[in-house]
Amino acid sequence: MPTFWLVVLLIALAAAGFYGGRRRAIATAAGNVKNLHSLPSYYGYHVALSAFVPAIAALLVWLLAQPMFIETRVSGMIPAAAVPESSSIGLVMSDVRRVAEGLDLAVEQGLLSAREARNAVAGEQDLRALMGEVGVALGSEVRPEVLKAAQAYRNLSHAGRTAMTVVVTLLALGGFASAYVRTHKDFRARNVVERAVLALLVLAASLAILTTVGIVLSMLFETKNFFGLHSWTDFFFGSTWAPNFRGGSELSILPLLWGTLYISFIALLVAVPVGLFAAIYLSEYASGAVRAFAKPLLEILAGIPTIVYGLFALLTVGPALADLFGKGGLLGVEWMAGATSVLTAGLVMGIMLIPFVSSLSDDIINAVPQAMRDGSLGLGATKSETVRQVVMPAALPGIVGAVLLAASRAIGETMIVVMGAGAIAKFSANPLESMTTITTRIVSQLTGDTDFASPETLVAFALGLTLFVLTLGLNVLALYIVRKYREQYE
Amino acid sequence: MTDLSQNPAGAAPRKHGGSLLEKSPHTRKRNAAETRFKAYGIAAITAGLIMLLVLVTTIVGKGTGAFQQTFVTLNVELLEAKLDKKGNRDLADIKKVTTFGYAPIIKGAMEAAIEDLGIETSLKSKELAGILSKDVAAQLRDYVIANPDQIGQTVEFRFLASSRVDGYLKGRVTRDSIVNDKNISAEQLDLVDALAAAGVLEKTFNLDFIFGADASDARPEAAGIGVSMLGSLFMMLVVLALALPIGVAASIYLEEFAPQNWLTDMIEVNISNLAAVPSIVFGILGLAVFINYMHLPTSAPLVGGLVLTLMTLPTIIISTRASLKSVPPSIRDAALGVGASKMQAVFHHVLPLAAPGILTGTIIGLAQALGETAPLLLIGMVGFIASNAPETLADGLLAPNSAMPAQIYEWAKRADPAFYERAWGGIIILLLFLVTMNTLAVILRRRFERRW
Repeated sequence: MPTFWLVVLLIALAAAGFYGGRRRAIATAAGNVKNLHSLPSYYGYHVALSAFVPAIAALLVWLLAQPMFIETRVSGMIPAAAVPESSSIGLVMSDVRRVAEGLDLAVEQGLLSAREARNAVAGEQDLRALMGEVGVALGSEVRPEVLKAAQAYRNLSHAGRTAMTVVVTLLALGGFASAYVRTHKDFRARNVVERAVLALLVLAASLAILTTVGIVLSMLFETKNFFGLHSWTDFFFGSTWAPNFRGGSELSILPLLWGTLYISFIALLVAVPVGLFAAIYLSEYASGAVRAFAKPLLEILAGIPTIVYGLFALLTVGPALADLFGKGGLLGVEWMAGATSVLTAGLVMGIMLIPFVSSLSDDIINAVPQAMRDGSLGLGATKSETVRQVVMPAALPGIVGAVLLAASRAIGETMIVVMGAGAIAKFSANPLESMTTITTRIVSQLTGDTDFASPETLVAFALGLTLFVLTLGLNVLALYIVRKYREQYE
Repeated sequence: MTDLSQNPAGAAPRKHGGSLLEKSPHTRKRNAAETRFKAYGIAAITAGLIMLLVLVTTIVGKGTGAFQQTFVTLNVELLEAKLDKKGNRDLADIKKVTTFGYAPIIKGAMEAAIEDLGIETSLKSKELAGILSKDVAAQLRDYVIANPDQIGQTVEFRFLASSRVDGYLKGRVTRDSIVNDKNISAEQLDLVDALAAAGVLEKTFNLDFIFGADASDARPEAAGIGVSMLGSLFMMLVVLALALPIGVAASIYLEEFAPQNWLTDMIEVNISNLAAVPSIVFGILGLAVFINYMHLPTSAPLVGGLVLTLMTLPTIIISTRASLKSVPPSIRDAALGVGASKMQAVFHHVLPLAAPGILTGTIIGLAQALGETAPLLLIGMVGFIASNAPETLADGLLAPNSAMPAQIYEWAKRADPAFYERAWGGIIILLLFLVTMNTLAVILRRRFERRW
């Protein structure tokens, strides 16, 4: 693990820098700390930061950039003719990586010498058997172009790693030396250190932007690949979801969107009335004791992990519904084929969303000024009339915002629908049938053996991007409404 | 007086008629509406609480069984003729005997036990051994390889009973439900009853479920959550090591230093949006960036930790900012007044005072991350058997492992209903962790909360 040791080296240098810088500063001040511009430890931090920060930053950038660089160089080496009909450059590259990894392992375990690995020629040895021996299973015989590319890949990554070690070490030593030389009693160490710390703080804060950019870019990139392989009109306007790993799939988002929205609708049908009435009761009627007892208990529902709800849907609610509506059930009807259905997932998701709706609405109802209630009660309205005719209209925009936030949660929820909703994509109005959702399909297309060159896998990224845009839109709308409403009473 | 006689008994026709003491139909209607409205509220709260109650009782009712397991105590004679034919106790030779070679010994031990107890049964020896777990031969072999000197002796063992027998004792498997079951017969259940009556077969607390490794599809009785618990632990270590410093640094910047400009606005908008992005999207990010692009190993807790870090950051940032905000400006002013720089005022005075709040927020964020499942599915933390506990730190971070919620999902997907009990049991353990963490957070808040 050379990267690990490199980091250890950097940390050791930083620690040495701290003590070295401190001692040198005190020495230049003739042992009297009062003669220093800054506190002694700032001189230490100065040397430590100069040695550590540029080097570790270079290390991170290098680790991120090297694979991309090597990838483009090596994939440029593979002639278009070497890519088989049914395959793509991406698949060939993954072969190249596996062969390179296999060669590395073989050298490590002493099955090949470094020279043999570099000069191996396809066909001379049984490379496939050799790879199998070190635990790298190959689908077919190693082709000469692939082997050549793999050797180039190995050479480049070895050279890259050596260069990285050298550059990072030099940077660390250079930073150490220059900072150490500058250490003097009149040097304004505190100002420099504080500026560096501020820069680090900005960097940490910018990580939020970086994450968003990462999310959008990673999905955008693969979505572009997907639309290169599959027509976008079928994705957005088709009517069938039928992935087929032998090709010729129909991948349309519409049936999945229908399932998603239907389940979310049922969930909201459960959560909104219960949550809203709970919030009204807690904020307008309940005594302090009831409130202190019921509110935290309801909020426990929000803290339970979704896997628990998923299991609850799969093993308790689903079978219970099947006992009611299924074959030989209590109602004597045969409306439900299995335990998974839109209703199963919707009900359970509704339970999960109750505290979400209730605590948001509770805050909003509490924000309605007391004077409005007093005015209404003073005119002789009963409490419920006040709530219905004065408090609710005033709180409505906020409550709509809360419901939208709950809807965005419902649309993006994964575990409950994976375990409770089923896997059949179709348009149906029957809530007792099993249907599938966007999140369920993302999970099923991206787990197990995946091939990142086929539209059946890549479609997951297009689905993810749609989901991201959908929930983002709902959130922005909800926040906008809530903020606008809040301004009214402030 | 005349007025009185003109309006006998004060019956002036008020608009809605009747006296003040007698409610008019309209008033009654309004009051009924009031009562109804209040009843709706009570019904809603009751409904919510009942659902919580149902959920908790289901979990406890179905999960506690996983903490008990049926064991059979047997005296096994470790026959030298079978286990070490050459008789020289050479480990290489002993290892050559596969688990198949141990089957006759187990059958023999069962037969001997039944004979000792004087139980009449028409079962063949293979069916006798069928009430034991398939894990037993491996357990015996491990013991013999570890203690070759015991060969030839008679040793007392506690063997796992098969999951059907275990289910029979727990009431999950009944005589009606096994009619078409190839794995167990009614005669075997008779034998189980007899053995239980004799005290050879008993249900005891099962420590292996809490600390053990997962087992393959055919051996639900041997599956445990211990290894995936370690996977979760390593992920939480990664989250703690990354999310806490980065989150605190970001909050300090935004709360104490950030000027009002577009960059700050952009960061704030991004943080509030990331807090609401569906968790599965973080899974896609992890798959695309950490695994496909950076080629980090799949199923590694390190990758899981990185993804969960990105997910937890907004939570930690939001709570840290709240606790920084609650430190009164007079503290900062006092520090600046005696000559501290702004940075010193924040790091030496504000941050220590905000620390309890930050800690509380971090614990709550960790609890959230611990229960998160969806992103872990995409980075490959399901679909294999987490059977080996990691031995070193690097192994713990980089070797494939599962995590508690992923393990629960894995069990829920398997066909044998015996695994469902494990899944519920796993949920009890997971919830115990969450309850502990949240209680800790509440205690910290109560203990250190300061009102300024």
